[in-house]
Amino acid sequence: MSKLGLIIRREYLTRVTKKSFIIGTLLAPLGLLVYMLVIVGLTKYESGGQLTVALLDEAGMLKQIPDDKAVRYVSGTGKTLDQLKEEVKEKKIDGVLRIPPLGSFQKKEHTIFYYSDDRLAPEKSGAIEGKIADKIRDFKIDSLRIDRKSLETLDTEVSIDPESISGAEDDSKYTAGIGLAIGGIMAFIMFFMVMLYGQMVMKSVMEEKTNRIVEVMMSSVRPFDLMLGKIIGAGAVGLTQVLCWVVLSGAVTMLVPLFVGGPDPAAMQGAMNPGGMPMPDPDQMQGEGMRLMAELAKQNWGMIAFSFIIFFLGGYFIYSSLFAAIGSAMGDDLGEGQSLVLPIMIPIILAFYITVFAGVRNPNSGLMVFASMFPLFSPIVMPFRMAFNPPWWQVGLSLLLVVISAFFFVWLAGRIYRVGILLYGKKVNLKEISKWLFYKG
Amino acid sequence: MILSIQDVVKSYGNYQAVNHVSFDVPKGSVFGLLGPNGAGKTSLIRMITTITGPDSGAIYLDGEKLNERSPEKIGYMPEERGLYKKMKVGEHLMYLAQLKGLTRLQAQQAIKNWFEKFDIEDWYNKKVEDLSKGMQQKIQFIATVIHKPRLLILDEPFTGLDPINTTLIKDEIRQLNESGISIIFSTHRMEQVEEMCDNIVLINRGKNVLQGEVQSIKNQYKQNLFQVETDGEMPADILTRFQTVDHSKRTATIQLASDSESNDLLRYLLDHQVRVTRFEEILPTFNEIFIRRVEETGEKTEK
Repeated sequence: MSKLGLIIRREYLTRVTKKSFIIGTLLAPLGLLVYMLVIVGLTKYESGGQLTVALLDEAGMLKQIPDDKAVRYVSGTGKTLDQLKEEVKEKKIDGVLRIPPLGSFQKKEHTIFYYSDDRLAPEKSGAIEGKIADKIRDFKIDSLRIDRKSLETLDTEVSIDPESISGAEDDSKYTAGIGLAIGGIMAFIMFFMVMLYGQMVMKSVMEEKTNRIVEVMMSSVRPFDLMLGKIIGAGAVGLTQVLCWVVLSGAVTMLVPLFVGGPDPAAMQGAMNPGGMPMPDPDQMQGEGMRLMAELAKQNWGMIAFSFIIFFLGGYFIYSSLFAAIGSAMGDDLGEGQSLVLPIMIPIILAFYITVFAGVRNPNSGLMVFASMFPLFSPIVMPFRMAFNPPWWQVGLSLLLVVISAFFFVWLAGRIYRVGILLYGKKVNLKEISKWLFYKG
Repeated sequence: MILSIQDVVKSYGNYQAVNHVSFDVPKGSVFGLLGPNGAGKTSLIRMITTITGPDSGAIYLDGEKLNERSPEKIGYMPEERGLYKKMKVGEHLMYLAQLKGLTRLQAQQAIKNWFEKFDIEDWYNKKVEDLSKGMQQKIQFIATVIHKPRLLILDEPFTGLDPINTTLIKDEIRQLNESGISIIFSTHRMEQVEEMCDNIVLINRGKNVLQGEVQSIKNQYKQNLFQVETDGEMPADILTRFQTVDHSKRTATIQLASDSESNDLLRYLLDHQVRVTRFEEILPTFNEIFIRRVEETGEKTEK
């Protein structure tokens, strides 16, 4: 095995076998599993079991209301409010629902009253409100003698379906949303990985310098090999981690239904829609789901994965080599290095902000086009734009620039590293570092 | 010659660390590379170990100009040394040995031999951070010599070692030297230079200020000083007859004029019926030579 290969192997193996790596890699999907279980559990959670509620329908507007999981309705007709209150005290029923007469049909609001010493959970109160509102609506329709059929024809759902003029690509109304989701996730992973693993490289370089192993290493390998080996090794660890997360998250997402039997759509509606707005019926929802899947399938996943990896590698090499250079220049004191780290952090954070603030509003604006070309930004910005079908030449140019820049920055960092790593007890600044570029080997 | 340094110059920015230095290290010798702190020793060693390259001049290892393969023939133990703390001892040695060009199998065999030699077979799976400082030094030494280098460069090899381990490592160095390995020994401790080195070079302020065989340098710097001890009082006129540096009733340190010999002094003492119990030439210690040369060749650099 070549020396570079040996270094990469060590850097990779020592990290991958670390407890913190294994825990982090396993725990993140496990956290996702717990999170999903909690969410699903919450939507299925019945707040305090079924309530028995007496209906005191003073104007006789409502017919029998069907019971559901949350509430059982019993008729209170023929009893006075005080009698019913007594029944609540005797715990025969949980509460009394008094529906006063409507008064005017023009009134848009109507208040009904619930008598009980236990507070009504918001979820239940929402469900009850919805049901009563439906019943009052039925009552109004009947009283006004409106034809139900013609009434339904009044409702029209309108949605915009964007159509591309030049491209053959058939965009649908989902493209933008899905693009946003995919692009956002990719930009975030990019940002996260570059920050995390770039800083890991920096810390590791500093450790080698401060515990002086580097003197021993330098007599066997070229400084450039040691730096490159470390960058590649740590990058491979990053890819391993992302891969583990993707696989495990996929497995976890599929496992959740096995644990809890899938979310209950009715309960979910109640939880998400306490106002009792009319929900699309399940058939229609299934249709939407199909269209979503179709839209997801339409994305060019092969291309996205390919360019994601290139951008990941490019961005990672650019930033981790800069971090390595800074790490080599730093002394034992982490604090003093902060002023050196800042100039590297700024472009990463800027790229992320541009994506979040400018990209979400218009992924093809002038700023976004520039940012997706500029090599310090493009690894984060371009993957985001990828989901919005940017012109292919822009993607190609951006890829080319990122690859060239990666080579350039690794070379540049190597020049700094070979001087910095052997320099002790000297406080350095950027001006000093820039001088090192011109030292002879 | 195992190593030949020819007119080497190295500067960092405006600072000239090594200024036209030349010297040879004879094959099979123990060679002392001496000099005060900041003299340029480390810069020189880094060039020999190919960590850096000279601005001008050339370095030859075993007749060959330094190249990519040279590190495999050199074992270097820096003064500031360390190991990967989280690694296991065995894996660590394996890693360093492979980086020096050994195959896995060769490395395995070499590690086994050294572990047996130092009686530390059970250390293989210990983590480096769990070892004491002295134990780590032993591992560091093994790492330096595991690939059977032709040239061994040891920078202050005994710092941090207790007397037992110092003796152990010293014996190892001697054995390695006897087996034909040339050794460059960089130190401040002059008694070790006298004890171990055949040849030395003294560097000060980036320049070579003294070099040669240890014995001949000592002779070169001797001041014809003799110490005499007698059984009974010294002759009364010894002070007028010889230049006496120091004397008491029964001992005297005498500096002979360059035209007289030690026998003149001895004859004088015998003629005066004095019983001589000790008669000894005082050679300068390396410490004295070192300080003298450093002071002669520039302001003292910080110690």
